[in-house]
Amino acid sequence: MLPRTLLRIACALLLGSAGTACFALTAPQALAIASGDSDQRIAALNASVARGDDRLAVFVQALLDDEVKVAGDKVLIVHDGKTSDAATGAQAALPEGADDVTNNNRMRGALEAALAGLRVFSADAAVRAAAVAELAKASLDESQLPLIEKAFAAEANPGLKSQLERMRATILISSSDRTKRLAAAAELAGSNQGAVASLLQERLGAGGEADVEVRAALQQALGSVRARLAWGERLAVVFTGISLGSVLVLVALGLAITYGLMGVINMAHGELMMIGAYTTYVVQNLFRSYLPGLFDSYVLAAIPAAFLVSAGVGALLERGVIRFLYGRPLETLLATWGISLVLQQAVRSLFGAQNVPVENPSWLSGGVAVMSNLVLPYNRIAIIAFALIVLGGVALLIARTRFGLFIRGVTQNRRMASCVGVDTARIDMLAFSFGAGIAGLGGVALSQIGNVGPDLGQSYIVDSFLVVVLGGVGQLAGTVVAGLGLGVLNKLLEGVAGAVLAKIAVLVFIVIFIQKKPSGLFAMKGRSAEA
Amino acid sequence: MKRRFALKAACAAIAASGLMSLPALAADTIKVGILHSLSGTMAISETVLKDVALMTIDQINAKGGVLGKKLEPVVVDPASNWPLFAEKAKQLISQDKVAVVFGCWTSVSRKSVLPVFEEANGLLFYPVQYEGEELSKNVFYTGAAPNQQAIPAVEYLMSKDGGSARRFVLLGTDYVYPRTTNKILRSFLHSKGITDADIMEEYTPFGHSDYQTIIAKIKKFASEGKKTAVVSTINGDSNVPFYKELGNQGLKATDVPVVAFSVGEEELRGVDTKPLVGHLAAWNYFESIKNPTNAAFIKQWTEYSIKKGIPGHKDKPLTNDPMEATYIGIHMWAQAVEKAKSTDPDKVIAAMAGQTFAAPGGFTSTMDAKNHHLHKPVFIGEIKSDGQFNVVWKTPGPVKAQPWSPFIPENKGKKDEPEKK
Repeated sequence: MLPRTLLRIACALLLGSAGTACFALTAPQALAIASGDSDQRIAALNASVARGDDRLAVFVQALLDDEVKVAGDKVLIVHDGKTSDAATGAQAALPEGADDVTNNNRMRGALEAALAGLRVFSADAAVRAAAVAELAKASLDESQLPLIEKAFAAEANPGLKSQLERMRATILISSSDRTKRLAAAAELAGSNQGAVASLLQERLGAGGEADVEVRAALQQALGSVRARLAWGERLAVVFTGISLGSVLVLVALGLAITYGLMGVINMAHGELMMIGAYTTYVVQNLFRSYLPGLFDSYVLAAIPAAFLVSAGVGALLERGVIRFLYGRPLETLLATWGISLVLQQAVRSLFGAQNVPVENPSWLSGGVAVMSNLVLPYNRIAIIAFALIVLGGVALLIARTRFGLFIRGVTQNRRMASCVGVDTARIDMLAFSFGAGIAGLGGVALSQIGNVGPDLGQSYIVDSFLVVVLGGVGQLAGTVVAGLGLGVLNKLLEGVAGAVLAKIAVLVFIVIFIQKKPSGLFAMKGRSAEA
Repeated sequence: MKRRFALKAACAAIAASGLMSLPALAADTIKVGILHSLSGTMAISETVLKDVALMTIDQINAKGGVLGKKLEPVVVDPASNWPLFAEKAKQLISQDKVAVVFGCWTSVSRKSVLPVFEEANGLLFYPVQYEGEELSKNVFYTGAAPNQQAIPAVEYLMSKDGGSARRFVLLGTDYVYPRTTNKILRSFLHSKGITDADIMEEYTPFGHSDYQTIIAKIKKFASEGKKTAVVSTINGDSNVPFYKELGNQGLKATDVPVVAFSVGEEELRGVDTKPLVGHLAAWNYFESIKNPTNAAFIKQWTEYSIKKGIPGHKDKPLTNDPMEATYIGIHMWAQAVEKAKSTDPDKVIAAMAGQTFAAPGGFTSTMDAKNHHLHKPVFIGEIKSDGQFNVVWKTPGPVKAQPWSPFIPENKGKKDEPEKK
């Protein structure tokens, strides 16, 4: 498409005169690439690529990084605060009123293709791989065949070689030679690219392939590419389901302790998460101001900070309000709801009604491409891992430690626990603030995927109660199964029916389920359940 | 001890409030109402409009007010609660006797207050881009109608520079504005020869925060045919998770460009914009537009937000399109009052026709003689790595609004002016 002419020229150059004469990029040429309307700029860029101007790669990269300025007829590159002349590379002063060079998407596409054409012969395998990936996005035609063949012949890396071979096949698929077309169709059957599927479909459409035998081969190739893509789609549904499920588990886990184990209907649970998220924001700002070098690790510091702050607020709540209301669920509900409003308004007064920006550290931005159509974002992977760790920690603490034993004892039979010398009031406070702290951890996770604002908690409180109730009150395992189950179910339905209907369908499902099984997935058994 | 202190404090408070209200009573003022949500889900967008309105009123007062009287703002908080908007509007008009109200953001809140203004013959200035399909004698619309934002944006996407898109994903929040806009766009695309097979329409609930499935669907749709573009009418803070997911999944603007109608400088505040470079937004104003009027507007806002300590803005002041529309609206109303020599709504409505104002967008915005909408320029901007927008396309001059879109068949024959009562 766009870079077609460009590549044509690039391949002519690279075949004919690769490594021989290099022309200097002159100031007027640089100016022509940097200013004017898109058509003229792309033409100038093509001409420069064809001449094989040295410094072109540097200049194109600078253009892509928005580091180029134009002052009069001079083109300057401003990199890391240093200004240099684009044509000569010599140091230069940045004049007042230099205009930024701006690129639209079309220009950016052309620049990227130019860079890929220049880099496909690089000595560095990683650079070549990136260039090949870039070239794969452009739609190629027969005139680019020599470039691809030359790169194919020169390539030693088997992975890249097969990619180039497939790229060659995407050109040969519309060749006039029937045997070449047949071979290309067979080659393309091994592809996993969405673009190849649409190319094959286009060939099968009106005005495409006429030969019956080739059509059959195309059909077969399309089938196998589609099948491979379908795997990516299926895995994507599973991954997104688990990812949503892990978020649900994280937000519900704290509630599983305060509501599930202690029986406190804590409407302020969402606000405890919000406090955790705001703590993350504050820690981020502290790192930005005082430790800019370690900025990327602010999240790690935010985890204990959010736990402690939320746990502290939780302890205050328990001592100040909730301990007077044990065994009176209605009053607890009203009081904690009131507290949730107070906390929201407090945050609004402190930080403002606007959402606050929490940046992902660079290691949580982006994703890993498992398949051509399946990218797993790092922040989602991190949250799944984080949920597992927190879950493991909570399970161990409840099941294996003395503190966990006390919590279980007090929640199952308060009087007996008191009789054998457990300070039940203290355990109540600690358990509640532990649950609050876990909610704070949920807040750290939420700050990495969504908005941090005063009403962050509101959007998760219903979900957390749903998960806890569905899983069975008082059961950690139930919370986990319910969270993951709801996540996957939601994502499966979303794929079929859309986000709005999926949400409704999940709610209807839960209503019916609770009607049939009021005690949830994992019902508590034994005498303590009735107490 | 405690009680005494409390008493003292109460006395002081009463004295202070008494003193404060005295000059207001003594001087002859014109009251103006400000009806924006300061709490609840829309607070994120609307709070700043309240602040910009107060700034503009301060500016007018500093120059001597209107008709020799100072303007006195009456701020109420309808709390993102649509029925409460109507109640607060009623209170502003009948109790506070305001001459005019500046307010509302969502179309549903505007629809809620509309009967109040029509019944009491009040005056509302609405500063946000919307779906059209409405024309009231008592409302002036200073935001964009669909032909001043949505249609030019899609035309740009279909152009060579915009990437020659031939397949479209219409993605929005599930309520009246996105649904109506997408209805108009679908019909517009049909008129350009694009069939339903090449259009995918998707909606998410308000406050949706998990866009993984949607992005996967967009990728799949894009791999099934020709060049694809996304038109987003996602509203409010859902945009932050949407753009984060877009960046993380590596869907780049050179592959599938996303053009948004409700995403501005403010919405991108909390987003890492580096992976989003090249995605687009269509508005009638961008902060990055360079001209002396805009420079003065930004300077005024920066100074005001630092002076008043407006959260967020005091550290990183930003301006956006609805702020500009609010600013234009208040100034135009003041000019019309001066011209009418009265604040009587009917006289002001008559005087509004043809009012002009040198807008920060760099053009002179004109109030249409008949249809209560502004003639505004249209800009299309690409997101830059610093969260600002880089204008890549603009109309040669201001465009007249078409509140009744010609792409909705039922609109045929509707008059381009409010019905006379």
